[in-house]
Amino acid sequence: MTGFWDSTTGFVILTVLKTLALVVPLLIGVAYLTYAERKVLGAIQVRKGPNRVGPFGLMQPFADALKMLTKETVVPDGADRLLFVLAPMITFGLAVMAWAVIPVNAGWAIADINVGVLYLFAVSSLGVYGIIIAGWASNSKYAFLGAMRSAAQMVSYEVSMGFVIVTVILLAGSQNLTQIVLSQKQFWYAVPLFPVFVIFFISGLAETNRAPFDLAEGESELVAGFMVEYSAMSFALFFLGEYANMILISGMTTTLFLGGWLSPLPFAPFTMIPGVLWFLLKICICLFVFIWVRGTLPRVRYDQLMALGWKVFLPVSLVYLVAVAGVMEYFGWFPHA
Amino acid sequence: MSEALPHSKAYEVTTHTVNFGPQHPSAHGVMRLILEMDGEVIERCDPHVGLLHRGTEKLIEYKSYLQAVPYFDRLDYVSPMACEHAFALATEKLLGVQAPERAQWIRVMFAEITRVLNHLLNVGHFALDCGAISPSLWMYEEREKLLIFHEHASGARFHANYFRPGGVSRDLPAGMEAGIREWTEQFPAFLDEMDKLLSGSPVVKQRAVDIGVISAADALAWGFTGPSLRGSGVAWDLRRAQPYDKYAEVEFEVPVGRHGDSYDRYLVRMAEMRESVKIIRQALDKIKPGPVKVQDRKITPPTRGEMKHSMEALIHHFKLYTEGYHVPAGATYTAVEAPKGEFAVYLQADGTNRPYRCKIRPTGFSHLQAAETLCKGHMLADMVAILGSLDIVFGEIDR
Repeated sequence: MTGFWDSTTGFVILTVLKTLALVVPLLIGVAYLTYAERKVLGAIQVRKGPNRVGPFGLMQPFADALKMLTKETVVPDGADRLLFVLAPMITFGLAVMAWAVIPVNAGWAIADINVGVLYLFAVSSLGVYGIIIAGWASNSKYAFLGAMRSAAQMVSYEVSMGFVIVTVILLAGSQNLTQIVLSQKQFWYAVPLFPVFVIFFISGLAETNRAPFDLAEGESELVAGFMVEYSAMSFALFFLGEYANMILISGMTTTLFLGGWLSPLPFAPFTMIPGVLWFLLKICICLFVFIWVRGTLPRVRYDQLMALGWKVFLPVSLVYLVAVAGVMEYFGWFPHA
Repeated sequence: MSEALPHSKAYEVTTHTVNFGPQHPSAHGVMRLILEMDGEVIERCDPHVGLLHRGTEKLIEYKSYLQAVPYFDRLDYVSPMACEHAFALATEKLLGVQAPERAQWIRVMFAEITRVLNHLLNVGHFALDCGAISPSLWMYEEREKLLIFHEHASGARFHANYFRPGGVSRDLPAGMEAGIREWTEQFPAFLDEMDKLLSGSPVVKQRAVDIGVISAADALAWGFTGPSLRGSGVAWDLRRAQPYDKYAEVEFEVPVGRHGDSYDRYLVRMAEMRESVKIIRQALDKIKPGPVKVQDRKITPPTRGEMKHSMEALIHHFKLYTEGYHVPAGATYTAVEAPKGEFAVYLQADGTNRPYRCKIRPTGFSHLQAAETLCKGHMLADMVAILGSLDIVFGEIDR
C-alpha cells in the first residue's frame, strides 16, 4: 500500500485529497467568518446581527451564498469582458493558493517547501492584481480610483512587511514555515519582536483591504471602490477572497509570531490539546481583532496610509532588523553559523 | 506630434470629471456634485440642488396657517420641531399673540431635544463619513430615547406637528417630565464615552483637523450660521442674540471653535449637546402647570369637553378646522437658532386665512454653496468628511 502512495498517481491523488481537506474547511471557515463578523459587529453596535435563518442565524451564510449564486452577473458596457470576469477569480484563487504552505499542525502542510515564507509573501502580494485588474476592466471612475489607491497603498506597506519577515527568518534561521514554528518552542516571536509584530499585523490589515485601510473599497467616498460594478457570483468571489485573505493573514501572523500550532505553555494540560485546535484558536483571536478594529476605527486617507508606511513602518522595521541582526551576531545566537 | 497629424488637435487632459451622487452612500440624501479632479485631488466642486424640490413654499400659499405646520416637519426632517418653531413664532408675531408660559417652556425644551437629536445624527454620520461605522449606531440608540419623548408628546416620532401658532398642540403626558429628567442624568455619560472614542482618536484627528478650514470672515461672507459659523470662532447664536420664547431666562454657554476646520465644527456640536442638556434641566426646573395654548378661541381650538355644552365652542371648532384663522396683513422675518443654524421664515400675510407668501430660509443652502471653497485642493475622502461636518439636509435645501 505504501508503494502506491509513493507512485506518481498515488501522490497526485493524495495531494488532491489533502487539498480538499484544507480547502473545504477553509471555505466553510470563510462562510462562517462572514457570519462571525456580522455577529461581532452587531454586538459592538448594540444590535443582534443575523438571527432569522436557522438557529441563531447560523444558516445565514448559506442563504447569502444561494442568493449570490442565483443572481445575474452584469457586465457593464465598455468593460473589458475577459479581465472583468478574470479579476475576481484571480483574487479568490490566490487567496486559496497561499494556504498550500501553511502548517496547520506538525507536518500538516500540503507543501512543506523550504522557501515557504517567500512563497507566502509572493502570493499574498499578487492579490493586488485582482483589484487593479477589476478596477481597470470595470470602465468606471469609482472602480478606477479604487484600483489606483490599491496600487499606491500596496507599495507603501509591502516593503516594511518584507523587512519584518526577514527579521523573523533571522531568528528562526529557516524559511520553512514548519521550522519557523518549531523554533518558537521556547518563546513566541511576538515577544522579542513586539514592535514589528504590530507593524506586521497593521500591514496585514492593509494587505487584506480591511478597515481602517479599506481604501480600495472606501464605502463613504468610493461607494464600493474596485468592486462597484460587480454583482452576483463575481462579487461573491471578491468577498470570499477578502475573507480568505483575512484568514490567511491571521494564519501567517499565527505561524510567524504566535507559535503556530504550539500550545502557549509547554506542559501537561495545554499540550494535551491537539495542535490544530491551538492553531484555530489563535487564528480566531486574530480574526476577532480584525473585526474589532473595523468596528472601532475610522478610515485613514490613502496618503496618510502611505505616510504611515514610508515614514513610520519602514524606518522602524529596518532599524529593528539591523538591531536584531546586530544583537544576534554579538551574542552568537544565530541558529547555525 | 501635431505637425505629423495636421488635422488633429492636441488636448492636455489634467482633470477628470466625476459625478458624485445623487445615488451615493455619502450623499446625505440626494446631493449631487460634479467634481473635477486631478487624480484624487478636487479642483472644482459644483453642487447641484433641486432633486428633492417639492414646492413647499408655493404649497403653503394655498394652505391655511394651521395646515402649513406639517410642511415644516418635512423641511429639515432631522430636526422637525425647530422648523415648526420658526413658523409658529412668525405666525404669532403677525397675530400679535404670545404663547402661554408653559407652552414656551415646552417649546424651549423640545427645541433643545431636537438639537440633541440633530447633533447626534450629524456627529454619528460625520464619523461614518470618516469611515467609523459604529458611533452612528450608538447615536441612533440614544436618539431612540428622544424620539420616544417626541412620540409621547406629539404622537409621531418624526413629523411631530407639535409646535403650533399659539402654543403647542397638547400638554405633555403625565410622567413625561420625570422621564426627560432621567434622560438628562444619563446622557452626559454617553457623551463622555463618545468623546473618548472620537474626540481624542488620532485617526479622527488625522481626518478632520485642518480639513475644510474656513475663516470667520469667509464664513460670514458665505452666510454660515449655527455650529458651522461658531466653529470658525464667531459666537453668534440667535438664542443669545435675540432670545425668543424662554431662552432669555435660561443660562447656557455658546461654544465656539478656533480654527474653523471640520474638527472644530464637530467639537462645537459635541459641546452644544451638553449645553442643551443644561437648558433642558433648567426648563424642567422652571416649568409650571398652566395652559399650553393661547386662550383665544379665534386662534386655538376649544377643548372637547367645552364643545359638548357650548354652542359657541362648537362654532369656533368648526370655523378653525374649515376656514382657519385670518391673520392681519403684515410681514415678518422670524428666525430661530435651529440645530443647523439660522432657520427663518419670511411670512407675508394679506389679511386672509392663508399666507400670501412664505419664504423659507434654509440653513444648509448657504453651507452647501461654500462646498467648493471648502473642498478645493482636498482629497475625495476629505470632501465627504467636510460635507459631513457641514450638516447638510436636503429636505430644507431643496424645500
